[in-house]
Amino acid sequence: MAAAAFFYLFAGITLASALMVIAAKNPVHSVLFLILAFVNAAGLFLLMGAEFLAMILVVVYVGAVAVLFLFVVMMLDVDFAQLRQGFLSYLPFGAVIALMLLVELVLVVTTYIVQPGALKGPAPAAPSADALISNTEALGRVLYTQYLYFFQAAGLVLLVAMIGAIVLTLRHKAGVKRQDISRQVARTPEAAVEIKKVPFRQGV
Amino acid sequence: MDLFLSVLLMLGKSLLLIVALLVFIAFALYGDRKVWAAVQLRRGPNVVGPWGLMQSFADLLKFALKEPVIPAGANKGLFLLAPFVTTLLALSAWAVIPLNDGWALADINVGILYLFAISSLGVYGVIMGGWASNSKYPFLSALRSAAQMVSYEVSIGFVIITVLLCVGSLNLTDIVNAQDTRAGLLGWYWLPLLPMFVIFFISAMAETNRPPFDLVEAESELVAGFMVEYSSTPYLLFMLGEYVAIMTMCALMTILFLGGWLSPIPFAPFTWVPGVIWFVLKASFMFFLIAMVKAFVPRYRYDQLMRLGWKVFLPISLAMVVIVAGVLQLTGWAPGH
Repeated sequence: MAAAAFFYLFAGITLASALMVIAAKNPVHSVLFLILAFVNAAGLFLLMGAEFLAMILVVVYVGAVAVLFLFVVMMLDVDFAQLRQGFLSYLPFGAVIALMLLVELVLVVTTYIVQPGALKGPAPAAPSADALISNTEALGRVLYTQYLYFFQAAGLVLLVAMIGAIVLTLRHKAGVKRQDISRQVARTPEAAVEIKKVPFRQGV
Repeated sequence: MDLFLSVLLMLGKSLLLIVALLVFIAFALYGDRKVWAAVQLRRGPNVVGPWGLMQSFADLLKFALKEPVIPAGANKGLFLLAPFVTTLLALSAWAVIPLNDGWALADINVGILYLFAISSLGVYGVIMGGWASNSKYPFLSALRSAAQMVSYEVSIGFVIITVLLCVGSLNLTDIVNAQDTRAGLLGWYWLPLLPMFVIFFISAMAETNRPPFDLVEAESELVAGFMVEYSSTPYLLFMLGEYVAIMTMCALMTILFLGGWLSPIPFAPFTWVPGVIWFVLKASFMFFLIAMVKAFVPRYRYDQLMRLGWKVFLPISLAMVVIVAGVLQLTGWAPGH
């Protein structure tokens, strides 16, 4: 009973804050509602016993991604009234995307299989009956054995994205003075200080 | 009825933990100031109560009784929410910390991930407070803290991974039990993982905005950082959250590297001492080190801070993850072999 109560609490807050993300006038409020939605989604994961996914959701999305969102949104000076002007012209496009998502969701929820032949993969390894393994361990076992290549491929995609972002933003301006920490640290008193005897009334 | 009783019991335990923690924090704050004063050849707080021991409680009363000022241009809701978020998150981390064998309020399987998640959320109090104040210095401070905390989280994550590789579990109780060898003090992870211990110690200070990494409230540049516009109880909550977060980091270092509640010398008279006393002693020792660092290390410059995080700590900790994993695999010491 308690689990059901918590489910409705988390699900209700998730939906309400998701709605507020698009309804809030202030973009910073939008991002904060998005964070609330993430946290409650993590709560839903917890209720399903997927504790590892719940914690990763909080660490990655709330702890890192949303911080950067917030960072960018706070820096921008967005005039939302102006942004909303094109609302009607983008409406058909948005509706098409929403429809596609709806179809996908219905397919997933009803587990309707379009082409049964496409599912001929290796059957997922059933967790061994003797061990009471935690879901972290269970995830690790399939991720690093059966789906190793997909895991590596995902890593490569992220690496490419990272390198791309660096290449796009890296600019070496000529004539900018930069610090070379190792050179600074390696400097000795002999190289930096010159001691001179100054004869009286003559100067250097 | 059973459910009701267990909820009541849990509430009682939580309340007990929070009260004990807050009283301990009050004296830790006093100790922090005393250490700082002693290094600078001052007396420190010495007026309220014997040896000034009641100073923190006097401060508490002073903060609570003064008038809270909310700037006219501030975003009122967020402005007041920010200190609550900071304190609430800092306190909630203590739910999983095992002060003794089986003493954790919630002995969950992913305890260390939970702590990591909670400490990475700590940045929101600062960002919200800085933005909602609608003022230049708090805003600059909020931007700084966002970048700083995200940077140091990365190396903290890798340090935690190396410890987890040695333990083979994400449960905090298991992490302490894995250090329970016959060697006592020498069997804890601070010795084999010494470089990671040092990196974790420094990163913990950066993550909790302690000097020398308190660029978020660098008074010579930003007045008081994100707390410029805060006064009275909201300010108190910010300070409290900060100190609780530091204490959490001390407790985490105790669990990961100093063997939690285990006795440093593994034979008779020492093993009779209750584990919680060892835990508090070890956490206090870590806090003492952090207080000493505050007293005698000058503040970093912002670009130096970023360089340290990304160009020094990240490569070292990444290399250590690979090395530790390799050594464990090749020697067959890996758990579950």
